[in-house]
Amino acid sequence: MATIATVPAPGYGAALMNALRSFALLRESIVGMAGTALVLFWAILALGAPLFAPCDPNATLLAFAKPGTPIPIADACWSDTFILGTDNIGRDILSRIVWGARTVLTWAPIAAICAYAVGIVLGLAAGYYRGWIDDVLSGVSNIILAFPVLVLYILIIATFGASPLNIVFAVTFATGPLVMRIVRGLVLDLRNREYVAAAETRGETAWRIMLVEILPNARGPLIVDGCLRLGYVIITIGVLGFLGLGLPPPDPDWGGMINETRQMALAFPHMTVFPCIAISSLILGFNLMADGLREISLRD
Amino acid sequence: MLIFILKRIGQMLLIMLIVSVMLFLLLEINVESVAVKVLGQYSTQEQRELWLQRNGYYDPIYERYGRWLWGFVTGDLGESVRFKKPINDFMWDRLWNTAVLGFWAMAFIIPLALVLGILSGMREGSWLDRTISVTSIITTSIPEFASAPLLAAIFVFGLGWLPGTSSMIGGFDWKQLVLPVAVLVIYDFGYVARMTRASMAEVMTTHYIRTAVLKGLPYRSVILKHALRNALIAPFTVIMLQIPWLLSGVIVVEFFFAYKGFGALLLEASLNQDILLIEAASMVAVFVVVATQTLSDIGYTYLNPRIRFT
Repeated sequence: MATIATVPAPGYGAALMNALRSFALLRESIVGMAGTALVLFWAILALGAPLFAPCDPNATLLAFAKPGTPIPIADACWSDTFILGTDNIGRDILSRIVWGARTVLTWAPIAAICAYAVGIVLGLAAGYYRGWIDDVLSGVSNIILAFPVLVLYILIIATFGASPLNIVFAVTFATGPLVMRIVRGLVLDLRNREYVAAAETRGETAWRIMLVEILPNARGPLIVDGCLRLGYVIITIGVLGFLGLGLPPPDPDWGGMINETRQMALAFPHMTVFPCIAISSLILGFNLMADGLREISLRD
Repeated sequence: MLIFILKRIGQMLLIMLIVSVMLFLLLEINVESVAVKVLGQYSTQEQRELWLQRNGYYDPIYERYGRWLWGFVTGDLGESVRFKKPINDFMWDRLWNTAVLGFWAMAFIIPLALVLGILSGMREGSWLDRTISVTSIITTSIPEFASAPLLAAIFVFGLGWLPGTSSMIGGFDWKQLVLPVAVLVIYDFGYVARMTRASMAEVMTTHYIRTAVLKGLPYRSVILKHALRNALIAPFTVIMLQIPWLLSGVIVVEFFFAYKGFGALLLEASLNQDILLIEAASMVAVFVVVATQTLSDIGYTYLNPRIRFT
């Protein structure tokens, strides 16, 4: 006992530090740097939304203004012109895009973290305990994965109503099983390693082994998948907004903005084009980050 | 092999059965709300009770489920509240329209993705590989609901080459199919291309490829005769599993272009809480997913001898 105990068991803090270190390595990949820059750009805009948005995103100022139109009301905004124009009911598009970044960068990470928490816990349990626990969990996830994703989202949101929490719930419900599958596969491989046997001999509890010994060693693929998954969650929130099932109006949400103005795109393309570019660039950011992280993880 | 196939089909039926129970419970456990959805917000309490009584909604839930399932199995899907006619009369036409859309999307996605994937996996790290990889990351980052308005802005409003809606009111029209197919292709081809690339790159590092190169075979025949056969096994699965993805994509595309397809029908049913239609359409959607999963499993086992004989 004494000889084994001299090897210090890694703590929760060390595990977290290792995860952060993977991100620091991103600077070695050009693609990853570009992705990080895009994500940081939107994150800064979202954090400083009150500062960066020229106008109140819900104030109706001047309908159908093209980009560059002077703002008619004094002191309504800090800019002199509508930089990206206004929408059909006169709200400043730049302000709505900036505030929309805050909406999407609040709810997408929350939803993704919930999905990951559920997926990791269930995946660890399925892979570590195996047996009937694995059978039940894999069976349930197969049933959920039998739905086309968007059908599942539409069914859940149409039945329970559109609200941020229901979106988080729907994403967790639909994405959790996918994460679970990945974690389960990784755990099945890792649980036969010697350090797991060592920890078992030390008498560590099953959950401590799963969270401190196994999970940190599965972090590589999970971090890459997490970036991709975050991109998908942003798409999901956007699609729901686009289909009219998203966050309730009037607060800005990019998918909703595209839906509200697509009928007017004939005469006023700026109303739809800018939100489209906004959401695509944010998703691109996460996808590039994932690609950079994957490239680095393959290197060593 | 036969036992394996039968086992997979059995699993498939079991999943569909469980899904049907879940759907039924989700949508019909509360009979009061069923009556409200069918008769409308402004129906009186007596009307609702009378309707529920007449349609057997006060029977025990397992009896109602049994009746619904029996109707489903025998092909009687019931009547849609929204369209006021039997679901059988219009759902299959809608499904056919979506199949046409999906077929053309796949007809472009598969060759495009395979060629690009093979080209970039052939010489990993070359400038061609990097260009193709970055291009496919960019296209998969533009979701359907963003590329549809962008393409419409360019080709419908800017250049005036194509129609902006694809409702096909005046019969089938090629021009109306171009934009919906293009949107699906742009979003989907990149993923398949990247998977093909990964598979190709892996094959290129194997010993038998090195042997083939070292014994002086022309590069062309190394790729075509030796590498491709093994590199294309994994993309087969990916392509099969892309069909469920396409089913999600068509909902957005059909909604945007007003295409009279299955995805738009499912969306309309959900938004209007047309219970029997939601159940029927969801079951069809789940069938498509489970069937493609099963087919891809069977196909993969058949194509890959290493799995078949173990």
